[in-house]
Amino acid sequence: MSSNVDAHAAHGSHADPHALHDDSHYIKVWGILVVLFAISFAGPFLGIRIITLMTAFGIAVVKAYLVAKNFMHLDIEKKFVVQLLVVCLGLLFLFFLGVSPDVMKHWGWNWRNDSAKNANIPEHILHEGGAEGAPEGAAPAEGAAPAEGAAPAAEGAK
Amino acid sequence: MVKPIATTRSATGVPTGRLAVWWVIASEIVIFGGLLASYVMHRLGHPEWATYAAHTNPWAGGLNTLVLLTSSLTAVLAHNAAERGNGKRAANLLMLTCVGALTFLVVKSFEWYHEISEGFTITANGFWSFYYCAAGLHGIHVIAGAIIMLFVAADARKNKELQRVELIGIYWHFVDLVWIFLFPLLYIAK
Amino acid sequence: MAESHAHAHEPHGHAHHEPEGWFKHYFWSTDHKMIAKQYLLTGMLMGVVGAYFAYVFRMQLAFPGKPVPGYGMVTGADYNALITNHGAVMIFWVAMPVLIAAFGNYLIPLMIGADDMVFPRLNRLSYQIFLVSAIILGASFFVQGGAFGGAWTSYPPLSAKAEYNLTPLGPSLWLIAVALEFVAFLLGGINFVTTAMNARAPGMKAFDIPMAVWMIVIASIMFMASVGPLVAGAVMLLFDQLIGTGFFDPDRGGDPVLWQHLFWFFGHPEVYVVLLPAMGFVAEIITVFSRKKLFAYKTVLYTSIGTGVLSFFVWAHHQFIAGIDPRMANVFSVTTVLISIPIAEMCFVYIATLYGGSITFSVPMLWALAFIGEFLVGGVTGIFLGASGADIYFHDTYFVVAHFHYTFFPIAIIGTFAGITYWFPKMYGRHMNELANKVHFWITTVAFNGIFIPLFILGASGDHRRIFDYSNFPELATPEMQAMRVFATVSLLVLLAAQPIFLVNFFYSMFKGKQAGANPWNANTLEWQCPSPPPHGNFDVLPDVYRGPYEYSSPDRADDFWPQNSPS
Repeated sequence: MSSNVDAHAAHGSHADPHALHDDSHYIKVWGILVVLFAISFAGPFLGIRIITLMTAFGIAVVKAYLVAKNFMHLDIEKKFVVQLLVVCLGLLFLFFLGVSPDVMKHWGWNWRNDSAKNANIPEHILHEGGAEGAPEGAAPAEGAAPAEGAAPAAEGAK
Repeated sequence: MVKPIATTRSATGVPTGRLAVWWVIASEIVIFGGLLASYVMHRLGHPEWATYAAHTNPWAGGLNTLVLLTSSLTAVLAHNAAERGNGKRAANLLMLTCVGALTFLVVKSFEWYHEISEGFTITANGFWSFYYCAAGLHGIHVIAGAIIMLFVAADARKNKELQRVELIGIYWHFVDLVWIFLFPLLYIAK
Repeated sequence: MAESHAHAHEPHGHAHHEPEGWFKHYFWSTDHKMIAKQYLLTGMLMGVVGAYFAYVFRMQLAFPGKPVPGYGMVTGADYNALITNHGAVMIFWVAMPVLIAAFGNYLIPLMIGADDMVFPRLNRLSYQIFLVSAIILGASFFVQGGAFGGAWTSYPPLSAKAEYNLTPLGPSLWLIAVALEFVAFLLGGINFVTTAMNARAPGMKAFDIPMAVWMIVIASIMFMASVGPLVAGAVMLLFDQLIGTGFFDPDRGGDPVLWQHLFWFFGHPEVYVVLLPAMGFVAEIITVFSRKKLFAYKTVLYTSIGTGVLSFFVWAHHQFIAGIDPRMANVFSVTTVLISIPIAEMCFVYIATLYGGSITFSVPMLWALAFIGEFLVGGVTGIFLGASGADIYFHDTYFVVAHFHYTFFPIAIIGTFAGITYWFPKMYGRHMNELANKVHFWITTVAFNGIFIPLFILGASGDHRRIFDYSNFPELATPEMQAMRVFATVSLLVLLAAQPIFLVNFFYSMFKGKQAGANPWNANTLEWQCPSPPPHGNFDVLPDVYRGPYEYSSPDRADDFWPQNSPS
């Protein structure tokens, strides 16, 4: 039996049951996404750190879920595609878990990374300790080496 | 070019083009993920970066989020039109998506122009290096997606290769997804 | 490099291929077999380059301060550049293109019964990007300051700052070349995986896929999943080099160890990326030449998937001496030793396949057996290095060099020779000269051991691996140690002297070898069921598949083989 017979079967997205929704469904999802975006945008104005983080990243995850499910049609895609994408996301967490102890911490058992610890920390932070929500006016390059501080300004002037 | 018979087979039940796009996205997840994971661990290890992040412009970032969300909507509507065999409508919606991409890039270039002229260049410090790297990598994907979209739209207008409307759409939603995470990482978390 | 049968298109019903000009045929072809040959020959050419580098720096180590014939005096900077690019060339431009790209391209469509890759033009683009990357790497030798000399791992700050490495342009060109090469293999890998998933012949179920295809696919998936962070890292390092960012500069808030993590998160799976295809070739060869069913097909499959998964959990064993968090070192020691289990399992399965078979010691079989034996030595010495305590002593000695080469030489050289000698009759329709191949096999294998056994001993006695002239280090330049270096170098010369035998045989047999039929080894897999060499489009009639790939010596049949596409 020649494979010519089946060769042209199952080709193209037209064979899939992908056209399940009307345009109105997608517009509705878009509306939800815009509302969620508005909440995540408004979050920081409350000035409460935990709420900022929740509205920022919690909502990002919800938005990502909505886009993946409705726009990318992962809900009606084969299961292995979803698994593939989840595995790749899992690899990132693996990478983060393996690497962050070295990069995030500046000291540990028998080692210290003073350079990284002290790098670029503006004076008021070194002395006051607090980091979040620092007042404006701390130019980003303030604590850097003098050459570094001067160069960006010069470039900006051009 | 005549397509090989291999291209028309579908042993998994997922059409070949879409399967390949999923693999592209899987490998893109680790590319963006490697960069963003590196950024997050640096950010957590350097609390002082919050002061640098305070200088990003959430209005520009927010506007761009809105633009990308809307362009994702037009992309999925284009797909819906293509599913119904309406190539002309699909092409028009894809062109609208391209307009979204262009708007995104215009907003981005104004934003960068102001940041650079205030001295926040890529070499200013670690935060700004990651900021330009991550947003730049994402921007390259926006440009690439828009260019591919033009070709797909030109074909779709003639009702040719309509399955590609879905493929570029999936890619575009992925670009949108990356931005959904970049926005809080770069603009909101301070 | 002509194929004698290239234009003898037999009529077949699917696609009509116009007669094409020689440029289109050899350089612009979308035919997977031609692209495979492009990859193979480019890889072999780069192999010659890499071998030349090894020759120069081994001569310098054995006879320091004397001009090397064919090169001249070796300066410290030359030595660094040679050793760096020997590593990079052999892994990225020899092992990867030959084992994965060349054989993957050649074998996947043939073995799954398809007429081509699913994306032929993407395939062509993949080779072209690869070729550009090889040219950029070559160009880095001729720029101001010379080629990059900061080791193939390219650790910052040495690789990031020109004031440290003294080669202002070399590192960036090197990095661009490597990044382009990754892009080429990402495109190729997506093509391979999609082809193997979707374009299989009707009737070919998951467990009917030949092991070589499975392994190349698993390797491609691993490559795609692991290379991403390094692509991002390469961009970061390139920015550090070219525009002065501080991603890897602790003084500016960066972290040099981050690069090592990014690199080895890719770099360790990479070892298995090239190992698995070679393992797959060996599976094909030992079943054909022992006329037995592969012992425990599913075990091999599951262990190779297990190897793939585990290989993502071991990367930091390359960094035990880099000052990583010791808690992580404990974890990575355990996972590293664990990964020897699936690999050992595979070797046992292959040995069990041999047991009771009617073995023919043909040339491919010799290479396959040598692969198992030599790779075992590499694996066993890896256990010392996986233990973080012992590693602190052994790392940065020649013990690591010898261990590494006992894994990679079997993979990239022995595995490649096994593959080439096995599939040559299919590629060119002719046999290679058996006697010349056997001579080449014995000299190469014996000389290989002659190079690296002394290096194990040298390493265990503390020979540091990053020194270009030992005469400055009296405690390392004792007559005994120097004698071992000379022995290793002489062995290398013997090994190199044997390679022209193969090259002459290869090119001579291409045109003048004995004609091979479609199926000279009486093998079952689909690539042997089409003409040799296969025409554009591969099969006269695309095959259907009725059984697994390893049905040899079936008691129900007069023939001792049972092709996958034969209905009864």
